[in-house]
Order: sequence, then C-alpha cells, then structure tokens
Amino acid sequence: MKPVLQVKDLSVTFRTEDGMLSAVDRVSLEVGDGEVLAVVGESGCGKSVTAMSLAGLLPRTATVDGSVTLDGTELIGADKRTLRSIRGREVAYIFQEPMTSLNPVFTVGHQISEVLRTHIGLDRQAAQARAIELLTLVGIPSADRRINDYPHQLSGGMRQRVMIAMAVACDPKVLIADEPTTALDVTIQAGILDVLRELRERLGTSIVLITHDLGVVADLADRVAVMYAGRVVETAEVHELFANPQHPYTAGLLGASPAAGRHAETHRLSEIPGLVPVLAEQPDACTFADRCPRATEVCTSSQPELTPGAHRVACWHPVRESVEV
Amino acid sequence: MAVPETVSGAVPAGVPVRSNRRRVVRRILHNPLALTGLAVLTIAVILAVFANWLAPHDPTQTHLSNAFSPPGTAGYWLGTDDLGRDVLSRIMFGLRASLHVAVLAVAFSLVIGVPLGLIAGYFGPVDALISRFTDLVLAFPFLILAVGLAAIRGASLGNAAIAIGIAQIPGMIRIVRSETLRLKSLDFVAAAIVEGAGDAWVLARHILPNAGSVIIVQATVGIPAAILGEAVLSFLGLGIQPPAPSLGTMLSDAQQFASRAPWAAVMPGVAIMLLTLAFNIVGDSLRDALDPKASRR
Repeated sequence: MKPVLQVKDLSVTFRTEDGMLSAVDRVSLEVGDGEVLAVVGESGCGKSVTAMSLAGLLPRTATVDGSVTLDGTELIGADKRTLRSIRGREVAYIFQEPMTSLNPVFTVGHQISEVLRTHIGLDRQAAQARAIELLTLVGIPSADRRINDYPHQLSGGMRQRVMIAMAVACDPKVLIADEPTTALDVTIQAGILDVLRELRERLGTSIVLITHDLGVVADLADRVAVMYAGRVVETAEVHELFANPQHPYTAGLLGASPAAGRHAETHRLSEIPGLVPVLAEQPDACTFADRCPRATEVCTSSQPELTPGAHRVACWHPVRESVEV
Repeated sequence: MAVPETVSGAVPAGVPVRSNRRRVVRRILHNPLALTGLAVLTIAVILAVFANWLAPHDPTQTHLSNAFSPPGTAGYWLGTDDLGRDVLSRIMFGLRASLHVAVLAVAFSLVIGVPLGLIAGYFGPVDALISRFTDLVLAFPFLILAVGLAAIRGASLGNAAIAIGIAQIPGMIRIVRSETLRLKSLDFVAAAIVEGAGDAWVLARHILPNAGSVIIVQATVGIPAAILGEAVLSFLGLGIQPPAPSLGTMLSDAQQFASRAPWAAVMPGVAIMLLTLAFNIVGDSLRDALDPKASRR
C-alpha cells in the first residue's frame, strides 16, 4: 500500500533557557490510504508535538528536522503558500478540547460555510446546504436548525462533532485527531469514535489518531505506533500488538489498562514505576532503561534501533512470550 | 450512525432562531437601565444636532439688562450668565461641541489604536517597538501635548480632538494587544490556521470580532473621558474659542461669578455628568448584549 502520509526521521527540538530540549527524536511513521494509525504513549512522550509538526503548528522556538511528505509534497520547510494550500484541503485537524476550538462569536453553520466558501469556492447557498449535509453526516440531529446555533449552545460532544464536520468539509486525505475523545464522557466518546469510523468507511479518509487510551486504539485503529520519550519504540498491526507486545513499555501499558473479563479481585492492574524522563539531549541509551524490569548493562550504554519487518520494536531484550489480553 | 446525545441548555427545537442583530436589539430593549441611558443620549444628540432650531436664543447674543436671571425666569428656563446669555441655548450648542470632540477623539484612537494593538499582540517581533511607543506617549504629559499642538496648529476644536485622541491611543493599544495575546492562544485560532487561514484572515475574522466587546467598552469609557478632556482644554482656552460655547468654557466662565449665579456653573456641570453617565451605561449594556454567552434575562 502506497503511504499517503510519510514521516521520515522527524526530530523536533526546542530552544529553551535550559538549552536544547529534544521532544521528538527521529520518528518515522507511515499512513496508508484509508488507514487508521494510532500513536499511543504516556503524557510527555511527544505525541502531540509530532502531530503539531505535521501541520507546521509549532512555535518559533522549535527546530524541525527530517521529512514529512503528504502525497509526495514535502511539508517540512515548505513556504507559507504551500502550507496554506494544503491545510484544510489535504490535511485537517481535530483538537482535544472542543470547548475552545470553535470561534464563539459566529454560528457553527457560518464557520463551516466559511471553510467551504474559501477553500472550494461554493456560493453562500450551496455552502449552507453542504454544511447541513456535513452536520447530518457527523450525527447532529435537525442539522438545518442547529446551523444557527452558537458554539456555547452546544454540548461538548456536539461541538466535537461540529469540529469533525468542519475538518472533513473539504474532504481531506488525512485527518489528524489529537486526543479527540479525551475531554468527553465515555458514552459520548463511543459516539465520536463511531463518527470517525463512518468517515473512514464512507470517505476513505486516513486518520492519525493521537491518544493514550488503549480502549480507543483497540476500537478504531488498524496499526499502532507506541511512543516513549520522543521515540517510536514499537509499531505493529493492532491485533498483533495487543496479542504479542514486544517492548517492555508496551507490555507495561497493556498491563496497566483494565480489560473486560479480568476482575479486580483476582487481577491487580500493574503499573510502570517511575515517570517519563525529562526531555533533554537524547542520551546514547535506551530511554526506558531506568523503568524497565528487563534492563541490563547494554540498555544503558547503547541505543536500540527499530527491527525491520511488519512488527518493529526497538529493544535489546524484547518480550517474547505472548501475553494474555 | 451514532445515537445523538441530547443537548443541554440549547434552544428547544421549534423555537425560531433569531439572528445575532435581532438578539442584541432585543436584549437592549429588555433592559430598563440601558433604555434610560439610550433615551438620555438620544435627547442629547437631538438637542445638539438641531440646536439651531431648538435653542430659544442665539447662544452668543448678550442681553445685558437680563444678566444673572435665575433659572425659571420667563424666556430663560435655565437662567442667564453674566452677559445675559441664555444658559439653555449655550448648553445645547455646548453639547454639540462636546459630542463633536468626543466622537472625533475616540474615532481617532480607534483608527490608530486598534490596528496597532492587533499587530503588537499578534506579531511578536514588532510588539516591543509598539509597546515602547505606547510607553513613550503615556509618559508624555497630556496637557503639554495639547499646548504644543495648539501652539503649532492653533487652538481649535479639531486640534483639541486630536490631542485627546493621541492621549487615548496608548490605552486602546494596550487593551487590544492584551486581548489579542489571549485570543491567539485559543484553539479556534489554531484550528483556523490548520484550515489554511492566513494572518490577515485570522486577525479580521477570528481575533477582531472576539475582541469587539473590550474595544466597545474601551471606546465608551473613552467618550466621557474625551468630553471631560474637552472641558479641561476649553477651560484653559486651548479648545473652542469664545464666544462660541462648549460645556467646558461655560464652566470656566461661570467660576468668576459662581457665588452670584451658581446655576451658570451647575447647569453645564449637570449636563456633563448626565452625558458621561449615559455613555457609560449604554456602553456596559451594549457589551452585555453583544456577548453571545451571556444568559438571557
């Protein structure tokens, strides 16, 4: 499958008063046509920074190296004009916080129509009709009336649906969803995931799903990339990863999340001791070594590289036996 | 497709959705305080605009035999001053001068202050330059500026308006800049950028409309301040030139005979107070009405 979005050796460093901080270290990702790639990891692993660098949203203090190509167009170092023509049309974003992602002074219909009118050049009436269609697509009832609502008149789940409608308005090739369900109730999360699944099936949109919720990953993703301290430590097809985690960090994440059929009385959830290391110049070592139960001398003196193949892992002592999910 | 969740706090289906403008008008009309302020302002504007026809006397015509008539005297409802000029007629024409200066000065500070504030808040590198410029203007004494301007360009209503406007620019820049800084960090601005919006578009469609309420409040605070500023400048002889009346010159003239004819000072003073109060009330209500989040009363 030819990848739509290809990230190669992406590194992001921030200039700060304490020197250079490396937030993302030589990350490579691929997203195929109509594929859902989940990027998972704890807070501070560089997931959101990776997502933001895909759209050039990073602040001026960030230095981005490597290559991000969307359908053959290089995005890193592209001029403003190229970026503007790609944003919205080719790659779209859904933010984590639906309460602040909509402009409070315009109706939701106006905001969606505006995107359609500026990007596709629809006239006012056509844009309005299309906005109603889009709102219906994302599951908003009586959309013809809702388009006249202001964002504050909608609940969080509704606003997130509006954000999704706006993001897919121009039929983008890739949708980047940065923790789209984190701020929502569990029942509403399920609804939003249904909408994303529907979009993928009906429009063939590729989705990069940034999340720390393994339940969401299992629900929606085709492939998973696990990030730890700015590096991709394991990547595999979703069932393979859940059934057979190779990196001790992935195994730890799975062990720390509750699963149906396991009872609290018999199964205490395990935790990973320690915290994600403070960002700094990447040392020549496995960044997970401090917290790893399997660490040996080689882990602190040399950095493991991702193994080739379909199930790739960067670890000196990968977990071999399969783990009950 | 997913089961739609219910929406809390939204207009129930079937209620006709009103446009933004109609909602603002409705909110103003349902607020008695705002209506009162609006009524006072309307009367003041009518009196000022149609002073030529409404005023019972020529404001500069002296009637020495009727000097120091107290309020209530037939023909001179608010009394006369030391030269027998009708206080009511002078207030009407004075209102015209005051409103004229206030509107000009605030318009001047809006035209210069709002774009500079937006630029300073949105584009980092020029922020320091613009902010130091505002500090400079703030540090410069307003009266020295007005005297200097009057010395170069002559004392007139227009120059008084420019001086007052310049004095109000730093406040406007600072308010707009800080609001821009706050707004540009919000997700909907980032969302607009990833949808492909350019800087000008983000400023015009996302930042400026959301900064609207603070700009309106700053402008409505600026109008009464400008009216008082005009009074000060005219009091010092730097504004409107005698014998033409303004509320400020009336106060300044009346102080010489305040014990003999206090009404000549009190009446224009009350007019300034009412006008200032009305502007403040209307500005506050307008801000509340423009806020889409404010709950309906």
